[in-house]
Amino acid sequence: METDQALFNYLLRLADSSLILSQRLAEWCGHGPILEEDIALTNVSLDLLGHATALLTYAGKGKSADDLAFLRSEREYRNILLAEQPNGDFACTMLRQFLTDSWHYYLYASLQKSKDETLAAISVKFLKEITYHLRHSSGWVLRLGDGTAESHLRIQNALDELWSFTGDLFDSDSADELMLAAGIGADLNEIRKQWTAHVSELLNKATLKIPESSFMQKGSLQGRHTEYLGYLLAEMQYLPRTYRDAKW
Amino acid sequence: MQKDEKVLLEEFQSKIDKGVKIEPKDWMPLKYRNQLIRMMSQHAHSEIVGMLPEGNWITRAPSLRRKAILLAKVQDEAGHGMYLYSAAETLGIDRTTLLEQLHSGKAKYSSIFNYPTLTWADIGAIGWLVDGAAIMNQTALAKGSYGPYSRAMVRICKEESFHNRQGYEIMCSLAFGSQEQKQMAQDALNRWWWPAIMMLGPSDDNSPNTEELMRWRVKMESNDAIRERFIDRTVPQADYIGLSIPDPELKIDEATGHYKHGPINWEEFFNVIKGNGPCNKSRLKTRVDADRNGKWVREAAEAYAAKRVIRDDTDF
Repeated sequence: METDQALFNYLLRLADSSLILSQRLAEWCGHGPILEEDIALTNVSLDLLGHATALLTYAGKGKSADDLAFLRSEREYRNILLAEQPNGDFACTMLRQFLTDSWHYYLYASLQKSKDETLAAISVKFLKEITYHLRHSSGWVLRLGDGTAESHLRIQNALDELWSFTGDLFDSDSADELMLAAGIGADLNEIRKQWTAHVSELLNKATLKIPESSFMQKGSLQGRHTEYLGYLLAEMQYLPRTYRDAKW
Repeated sequence: MQKDEKVLLEEFQSKIDKGVKIEPKDWMPLKYRNQLIRMMSQHAHSEIVGMLPEGNWITRAPSLRRKAILLAKVQDEAGHGMYLYSAAETLGIDRTTLLEQLHSGKAKYSSIFNYPTLTWADIGAIGWLVDGAAIMNQTALAKGSYGPYSRAMVRICKEESFHNRQGYEIMCSLAFGSQEQKQMAQDALNRWWWPAIMMLGPSDDNSPNTEELMRWRVKMESNDAIRERFIDRTVPQADYIGLSIPDPELKIDEATGHYKHGPINWEEFFNVIKGNGPCNKSRLKTRVDADRNGKWVREAAEAYAAKRVIRDDTDF
């Protein structure tokens, strides 16, 4: 694989993960448990959309960010499986957010030192925003985990449900290896260690228990997603696909 | 010694006449307080219910740029709701009570949000027409006598004028786009024009209490005057992008230089107010469901906060 192609794949992985999670969070708009959370969730969604746009614009390869977002199909999407999982209740959304924010946090902290100057520069900007996202989702994991019996049960269920998608955060392919060797990509093994330590500590503080089963779902790097992604894309892409030559 | 109510009222009126703002701890007539609570809460409710028709298109926005703008816009509406509820709280009523009034159907919100957003062009039409009409009203309210409301309105107007421009920009893109897009834009204008005209309220001969509210600078202009200003501003914008206003009787009155509109279907307006608009039930249900489904979350937050106080835990 050429370095160019590897960088393209690498950037798509990052961009798609942010875009799909942004789309999920946007579904909450107007339905939050309290007005302040309506604002917070749309704010995080907006930040992630900005990250996706910056990454897709940079990935380019003769295609616009919009073409990459709206005209690729399910099998061409490279987002992490966790991002596409349905919102569920607020506990499920917040736990998914916390697991992803923690991943983003260590990932972009590492990518700030990337030899690719553009990726390093945008990572600095992203990290500032992600630091807030992580603070926000961590706060809710603590509140719900250590709140009432009902909130504890709900977020523990969410953890049991979502845990098997966390292995996928650290799966790598030849593009990752090439990017790591070139000093452009992050060391996912290192990030896994940091992520695991941080996540375990916070979940423990929230009185939550990590599931014993270590079985992990795989496939997003090969574009093998859960059934949920197709519906998400159908909704997201319908206008540009219906009116192919239209400018909006 | 307690001052006589008549003296207090004179002092109150004199402040208003001099343009001095009335602040939360100042004396004010009960009718003034209640009218402001009614207006401010109605305004706040309109902001949060108004998030729903537009939120309906966030996940289907046709480009990354449009999606980002719409997300930011709807987020602004939530922000407006938040500081309007806070401003209303300065009058001695809390947000929970105000929301209960919304959920029970006792409090109203703007009739316009009971219409559905059927196509992407509706997002343009809402920004252009609905926010455009609202701004006409709100720039006047920013000069109102109650300090917290008028200050909130100054900020809201700044954001609303961005919303208005983004809506018109969507309409421009569609009107200058493909034939299908132009039709989409015209269809949206056809559906939203009359509801936008009506949202500015009943005509003056049908709007009670206006004189006293104007004297107290709670209401700044009559509904018909605001309506006239909105139409005068909007018709040339429609002309510029080649869309037709769906009012065959609309014409300039040579004597006044203002547009004169055809008859308004007030029966439709009062029907929507009464709860018979296309979306009244679903809008209210959505808000009630969000509140009910969020109850356990709010309870958890309170329980956790109480535990932290006991533990003297401050690190977050």
